[in-house]
Amino acid sequence: MPERTRAIQNALRPLLWPVVALGLLLIFNAVCTAGFFTIELRDGRFYGVLVDILNHGSRVAIVALGMTLVIATGGVDLSAGAAAAIAGAITASLVAQGHAPWPLAIVAALAAGLLCGVWNGVLVTVLRLQPIVATLILMVAGRGIAQLITDGLIITFQSPPLAAVGNGSFLALPMPLALLVGVGAIVALGAHRTPLGLFIASVGDNEVASRLAGVPDRAVRIIAYAACGVLAALAGVIECSYIKAADANNAGNLLELDAILAVVIGGTALRGGRFSLAGTVLGAFFMQTLTTTLYMQNVSAEIAPAPKAAVVVIVCLLQSPSFRHRCAALFARRGSP
Amino acid sequence: MTLARLRPIGPLLVTFGVLLAIFAFGCFAFPNFASFAVVRNLLVDNAFLGVAAIGATFVILSGGIDLSVGSVMACTSILIATLIERGHVHPIAAFAAAVAAGGLFGAMQGLLISRFELPAFLVTLAGLFFARGAAFAIHSQSIGIGHVFVSATLNESLAFHLPFAAGGSIPITVVALLAILLASWTTLRHTRFGRSVYAVGDDAAAAALMGLPVRAIRVRVYVVSGLLSACAGVLFTLYQQSGDPAACKGLELDAIAAVVIGGTLLRGGVGSVVGSFAGVLILGLIQTIIAFQGNLSSWWARIVAGGLVLLFLCLHRGLSKLSRSRGPSPG
Repeated sequence: MPERTRAIQNALRPLLWPVVALGLLLIFNAVCTAGFFTIELRDGRFYGVLVDILNHGSRVAIVALGMTLVIATGGVDLSAGAAAAIAGAITASLVAQGHAPWPLAIVAALAAGLLCGVWNGVLVTVLRLQPIVATLILMVAGRGIAQLITDGLIITFQSPPLAAVGNGSFLALPMPLALLVGVGAIVALGAHRTPLGLFIASVGDNEVASRLAGVPDRAVRIIAYAACGVLAALAGVIECSYIKAADANNAGNLLELDAILAVVIGGTALRGGRFSLAGTVLGAFFMQTLTTTLYMQNVSAEIAPAPKAAVVVIVCLLQSPSFRHRCAALFARRGSP
Repeated sequence: MTLARLRPIGPLLVTFGVLLAIFAFGCFAFPNFASFAVVRNLLVDNAFLGVAAIGATFVILSGGIDLSVGSVMACTSILIATLIERGHVHPIAAFAAAVAAGGLFGAMQGLLISRFELPAFLVTLAGLFFARGAAFAIHSQSIGIGHVFVSATLNESLAFHLPFAAGGSIPITVVALLAILLASWTTLRHTRFGRSVYAVGDDAAAAALMGLPVRAIRVRVYVVSGLLSACAGVLFTLYQQSGDPAACKGLELDAIAAVVIGGTLLRGGVGSVVGSFAGVLILGLIQTIIAFQGNLSSWWARIVAGGLVLLFLCLHRGLSKLSRSRGPSPG
């Protein structure tokens, strides 16, 4: 079945660069970082550096999945971190003050995320604002809203079931990873087993053409932003549960940036169109592995962004057609005297 | 005045209207609001944001965006403090080195954006991370500057004393802000480079067909932004009398918000630095009013700022729709 093989090849091609980058990083760690691959089973749960990467990378990956949909429509959501902060603030304040049991608090937080996403989507589609600007509004104002919810305090709570969302384990693996698998399955089903994924890619590729072809472009965009809002809120709940507190000022700080970088490294173009969910998840784990590697090489958490940025620019350069053309031209000139 | 001419001017008029309305509200609500001290502090507290917003205006007018401003400012301030305190360099030499470094950083970003056609948003996002990391790599904690030139000279004696206000003086940072504002306004209005920035921002393809060196202009715009970010960093260092690698987080967003409130179109081609300056003053006035009010959370400032940005974006849409529905107006 050559057609089938070609389809699989086409699906795997965007994964090439993230896999190569992640592989190089793992080889580097195998050589230079002692104990990187050590995993031990204690109290029915795995511990080790790799498990930590899976744990923390899952949070970024969850946001990045939603961000992939938004970027595929040709947009971007800068307010993901603010939405995460709002969700964390709502969860913690509801549970800490005893207003609601923990499942209801999580539902309320996710609903708030949905609201944030729909708000962004309406600004982009109805008011036709540029996505960077439209989501900038919530990015600026959202943290203020989160601060108002928590009264500017760091709210701590005592609730073992809620704390288990971020700290617990499922099948001996961290709970956030299980959540990522569940969320990833839902998003992948929605994107690949319904027309929605095709609609999203077509709106991002050419909005006018897809509208003329009968794609409900406004609804598609709003759904993408709403999904991103809900997933950002889920990440916010996980973070809040992990530290057993809501810190409106720092929760989800720079989360949107990590998510956007994960999407770009995963091979989805920022100008929209075709997207790769698997690439995004790989990209998120690449970012987290890079961060952990830097920490284990005794680079402080504050300096770590600099090498991370350099790596991201290099990866993007390698993906840029213009850079490849230049390199090709350079080699061609050398080859022919 | 026809609608076509009103379109660029309209938002600017609204900006100044809002500025006056907020100031009038302050004067009406609080005694002692309409004083020289309030206006002076407004300018002193926002001088560095003003310079950053002017730099952001250049980039946004050309149709780009620069997210690295706050990080570059922090990097500048810690570089200056380290050079002065640890390297025993004269402050003026340290300022020059820092501004040169800012320009170089801007040039790097501009080259990546124009030569390799990477999205401006992505490159400057990486620049944000890079400059922040570099700031902490230079020195991981804030350093106070005790050099006589900075602590004594630049603090008070270089201030301009105004005869009409008793004991009133304008510090050198405010004078620098106003000088940069004037220079930028002249550059944008009356030089070939300035007009090219508007042309590239309005329609890059048309500008290229007219024979403008679009790539070179884009690079230069980011150099200007880097230089002005570094200047803003110098002003911030003088304001704080110290260098801090953790400072100015998210300041680029305040700068962009000020540019939008100032009536500059985010897709480029329309706007002015004067509007951005007014935008900075509006943001500053909101902070001042919240400080005067006393029991409002300072977080309301961010919410109001977000609301104002939304208001101005809607205004842009409304005005552009209005001028399109009336068709091309004669004259």
